[in-house]
Amino acid sequence: MILNPLPPPASTLAPKIDHLFIAMAALTGLVAISVALLMLIFVVRYRRGSKADRRNPPSGAFWLEVGWTGIPLLAFFIIFLWSTAVFSQYYRPPHNAAPIYVLAKQWMWRIQHPNGRREINQLHVPLGYPVELVMTSQDVIHSFFVPAFRLKQDVLPGRYTYAWFKPTRTGSFTLTCTQYCGTLHYSMLGQIIVMRDADYARWLATPNQEPDIIAQGAVLFRSAGCSGCHAPGSSVHAPELRGLYGRPVPLSDGSTVPADDTYLLDSILEPEKQIVRGFAPIMPTFRGQLSQDDLDALLAYLRSAEVP
Amino acid sequence: MNAVPHAKHRDVPVPREVLHPQSYLREGSTIWSWLTTRDHKRIGLLYMIAITFFFFIGGAAAGLIRLQLMSASGNLVNDRTYTELFTAHGIIMVWFFLIPSIPATLGNFLVPLMIGAKEVAFPRLNLASWYIYTFGGLLVVATLLSGGVDTGWTFYTPLSTLFSNTRVILAAAAVFVVGFSTILTGLNFIVTVHRLRAPGMTWFRLPLFVWAQYTTSVIMVLATPVLAMTLLLMAFERLTRIGIFDPALGGDPLLFQHLFWFYSHPAVYIMVLPAMGVASEIIPCFARKRVFGYRAMAYAMLGIGAFGFLVWGHHMFVSGQSSYASDVFSLLSFIVAVPSAIKVFNWTATLYKGSIELAAPMIYALGFVVLFLIGGLTGLWLAATALDVDLHDTYFVIAHFHYIMVGGTVMAYLGGLHFWWPKIVGRMYPERWARIAAWLIFIGFNLTFYPQFLLGLAGMPRRYHHYLPQFQLLNQLSSTGAGVLALGYLLPLVYLIWAMRRGVRAPDNPWHATGLEWHTSSPPPKENFEVVPRVTGAPYDYEPTSIGPEPPHPAGPP
Amino acid sequence: MSTPDAQLGIPPAAQLAAEQPPAKQFGTRSNQDEATEFGMWVFLATELMFFGALLLGYAYGRHLDPAGFAEASRHTDLVIGTANTAILLCSALTMSLAIRAAQRLERGALMSFLAVSALLGLLFLALKGYEYHDDIDEGLVPWADFRITGIHRGAAAMFYFLYYALTALHALHLCIAIIVVLVYLVRLRGAAVAPFRQQITVAALYWHFVDGMWVLLYTLIYVASPRS
Ligand code: HEA
Ligand code: HEA
Ligand code: HEC
Ligand code: CUA
Ligand SMILES: [Cu+2]
Repeated sequence: MILNPLPPPASTLAPKIDHLFIAMAALTGLVAISVALLMLIFVVRYRRGSKADRRNPPSGAFWLEVGWTGIPLLAFFIIFLWSTAVFSQYYRPPHNAAPIYVLAKQWMWRIQHPNGRREINQLHVPLGYPVELVMTSQDVIHSFFVPAFRLKQDVLPGRYTYAWFKPTRTGSFTLTCTQYCGTLHYSMLGQIIVMRDADYARWLATPNQEPDIIAQGAVLFRSAGCSGCHAPGSSVHAPELRGLYGRPVPLSDGSTVPADDTYLLDSILEPEKQIVRGFAPIMPTFRGQLSQDDLDALLAYLRSAEVP
Repeated sequence: MNAVPHAKHRDVPVPREVLHPQSYLREGSTIWSWLTTRDHKRIGLLYMIAITFFFFIGGAAAGLIRLQLMSASGNLVNDRTYTELFTAHGIIMVWFFLIPSIPATLGNFLVPLMIGAKEVAFPRLNLASWYIYTFGGLLVVATLLSGGVDTGWTFYTPLSTLFSNTRVILAAAAVFVVGFSTILTGLNFIVTVHRLRAPGMTWFRLPLFVWAQYTTSVIMVLATPVLAMTLLLMAFERLTRIGIFDPALGGDPLLFQHLFWFYSHPAVYIMVLPAMGVASEIIPCFARKRVFGYRAMAYAMLGIGAFGFLVWGHHMFVSGQSSYASDVFSLLSFIVAVPSAIKVFNWTATLYKGSIELAAPMIYALGFVVLFLIGGLTGLWLAATALDVDLHDTYFVIAHFHYIMVGGTVMAYLGGLHFWWPKIVGRMYPERWARIAAWLIFIGFNLTFYPQFLLGLAGMPRRYHHYLPQFQLLNQLSSTGAGVLALGYLLPLVYLIWAMRRGVRAPDNPWHATGLEWHTSSPPPKENFEVVPRVTGAPYDYEPTSIGPEPPHPAGPP
Repeated sequence: MSTPDAQLGIPPAAQLAAEQPPAKQFGTRSNQDEATEFGMWVFLATELMFFGALLLGYAYGRHLDPAGFAEASRHTDLVIGTANTAILLCSALTMSLAIRAAQRLERGALMSFLAVSALLGLLFLALKGYEYHDDIDEGLVPWADFRITGIHRGAAAMFYFLYYALTALHALHLCIAIIVVLVYLVRLRGAAVAPFRQQITVAALYWHFVDGMWVLLYTLIYVASPRS
């Protein structure tokens, strides 16, 4: 990590970026070390009281100054051309790139494949085929960053932005959000899963909607603020929800009701209706704040074994 | 060019009634006399107190940030608090500490002295800008006390306008207000430098510090109003939900970014040019040599100031702006680096055949050059579009700007404080402690921020409350460094204050420096000079072969 | 019309001598005057950049969709805009005459020209208010039933945001300028001109800035695109 901190490249563009990185590191490293070394030499050699020759101290040298203005300018120009050439490739997706739709929202990535298949915080792609991302945001600005692909593009509300990549290695690569998008910005993580053709075909064939919706519910559980009270270790006194589904719940009016879907839904939309025994009626209603989709996802999550 | 327009000064009869005028510090000692002073030197000190306060508030926030980042998934502060911490840290450090740091303290104190003037052009305005600053400061404290703000120092829309539920408007108001103090300071300096130079003080006899202040002031006056307007639009949109940045209404969030960076990129030069000025005073003095390439140094600063207005789009390479715009901004960013290159090479060449003494101010100044160099060179990585795609909004950027702003400017500021402390308070600081602190800061700084370059390359995004476990080791190194750095910053706070009362009395010119500020008593009288000085030659008239008697280096506190 | 200061019984030379001594940092009175005027210029540079943010927005929006900006511009009221331009240009003239009168220490002329300038300014504001009223009636408000629809809606909305922001900011500046003029009118009643001469010259600079800014806005808003 110290010698080569870059994650191993995993897309066709990544090695091109890395070459530029290496050239840049060499050039700026050389300049930094030379200047620092020169300063050190001068400081030692011309330290006060040393016997160095100090006759005719220069306070200007025209050609020298022209040189150290012109040479960096030239070097900058070369880097600029190189960098621009590589950069332009980000804007030229291959013609056969398959479109993938990305919808960013606080704080998750919703992904839709051309065949309608959806994923949350995960993107499965086949090895060796170019993919074009067509991205937009539902709320604030986010940024789609996959370090191993050296790929980053901001995702804006009200317009589409694009990015493309062609993976060169199988495996699972981190996707992170790099545009600060609110409190849970740091949790807006995901995985790009690059699979061999055959595996990918198999994955496409297995319909697994359920885990996705649970994952979505898990995200909502945090982003809607439920976890603020219901996470274990929260400072608010609120019931733990793990294993709640199907269990009988003692209420403050002395009765007991089974925690079925209706009960869960009521607890979210009209919490004041049934108060759990031993708790204060402080839970706010979420009526009007969650869409039907969101409620479905939350319920799916509460039913699952993944509740913390 | 010569002093013709200032020939008028000569008709003024020079009052010579006082032989040993009393120092400006003794002209009234009540708090009231300080709070109503028009003396630029006292106003400089008022600023110094205020910005020191804010530096330690911002530093405390940085300390908490680093403590939180000690572990990958720790919860020393919760996520919401964390976002408020880095926002407060950024806002306070940039607008309440670094921008006013050198200009409003050392600049206020020194500009009139260095050009041989009795005052700044508009003393009342000068005091007013301190009050405006203080009012802005109160607003920012109010923001913190009433719950903080969580948008990041960049206030990006629509997060700030439609989504954040923190004190965005109050924070924007604080920045808006403090902007006016910046503008007024800049205006004052521009007029002062234009109209109040002493007889014989031509433009190319100005010390580079004055050149730096002058260029900075021009940027302040031209850039800050753009920020004010931008924040106004943002706050208006937040209040009324009607706005130019909201895509739902036909607005454009990218416009906010354009406006913000149109200000903020020039603002980064507001933060570094004065530091360059300080280094250009200290290095010739302790190398006993004329500064190398004086005119190139002055023109380079003007060049940085002018080109600095044309590169803002390099903060937006992956924002969705057109790739051609990115290319142009990239090219211009490389070009703006050329004058910085000239300056670095000139400082290095100034050392050649000098007679160098590594006194504390010199350590700070050379530290500035090295750290600025590293920060600037990594700026080139970011200016290269293809690399910025990978590096944008990672810790590489954090490291880049801390190298320049903390490593560079804060070091130069401290160097300047040490260098002119004898002039300001009339007493020497303890040299040994000062050297220890300088090295501590240099080492602590590198330990804190070098690992962040590696983190950025490895792909760690900024503004993250939790991070992936593989980044933990480097983060711990960085946090450890921050501890060393904090110690390094606390030392000068202690011994500089100590020196105000207990230091050895300073002679008028302890460093045998050229420059008019050394030709008056330490501390100077209220009117700066007993006799209006007349300038006859170029600045930096140093000779490596004749150093004069060793300057006094009193021992540290017992 | 011109009532020289002399009629107040104060000879001009004595008035000049009665001017305050320069502040210590300036050395001479004339240096101080020049510095004050220069300070105003620097301040105007700041003011320019205050507008500059919005002008940058204008450049940006127009660059993104020139046709949309042209479309939006066609809905502005060219007649009122032009009348207002004429009014402010007249006020620039009267203000210049006011300065000349001040230099010659002609009290009466000075006060009349200042008063006319202020009146012209108020007339401008009245017309501008009327124009806003019309704009609202015509559905030219991007955040309420915006009239312009279709592919240029976004750019047109941006144009009108900027239109309101720029003209409101300008109107605010004009208000300040008028107030300054009124203040001097009050202070000049029964007082000698000489002590105010310099200040009025500097204040007039501000007035000219407000005028000039309007001419720029007029060009960008009303006439920048051809009308059918
Ligand atoms: C004082 C502050 C300061 C200064 C002086 C600079 C100076 C520079 N900065 Fe930096 N920058 C910031 C503060 C500063 N910056 C901040 C705060 C941010 C982040 C804001 C945020 O997002 O929160 C930022 C971000 C930032 C970005 C955007 C990164 C991103 O978000 O993706 C870029 C991109 O181009 C950049 C570039 C540069 C360049 C090219 C310079 C140049 O001016 C540097 C010039 C100097 C040198 C180059 C060194 C000397 C040169 C030589 C010795 C010659 C070498 C010769 C050869 C190589 C041949 N900076
Ligand atoms: C302009 C000046 C400036 C200065 C001087 C500093 C100084 C420091 N900064 Fe700051 N920083 C910024 C400007 C500055 N910073 C900006 C603009 C941002 C971006 C904000 C954003 O993203 O919106 C930022 C962001 C930023 C981050 C990234 C946060 C994130 O993205 O999640 C980090 C992380 O390490 C950091 C660290 C530090 C440290 C350790 C110091 C140290 O140099 C500070 C050292 C000083 C002290 C520590 C104070 C002295 C000691 C005490 C008061 C005793 C108490 C001490 C402890 C509790 C340890 N800074
Ligand atoms: C302000 C804190 C708070 C928040 C936020 C909150 N809750 Fe609650 N919740 C409570 C408390 C306290 C109770 C117990 C009292 C009651 O039943 O109303 C409760 C009860 C419940 C129950 C019934 C638990 C049981 O044991 O029968 C469910 C289910 C529930 N909450 C789900 C949610 C969901 C889903 C969200 C987010 C959409 C949420 N809560 C947000 C505080 C909160
Ligand atoms: Cu989404 Cu950060
Ligand atoms: Cu920049």
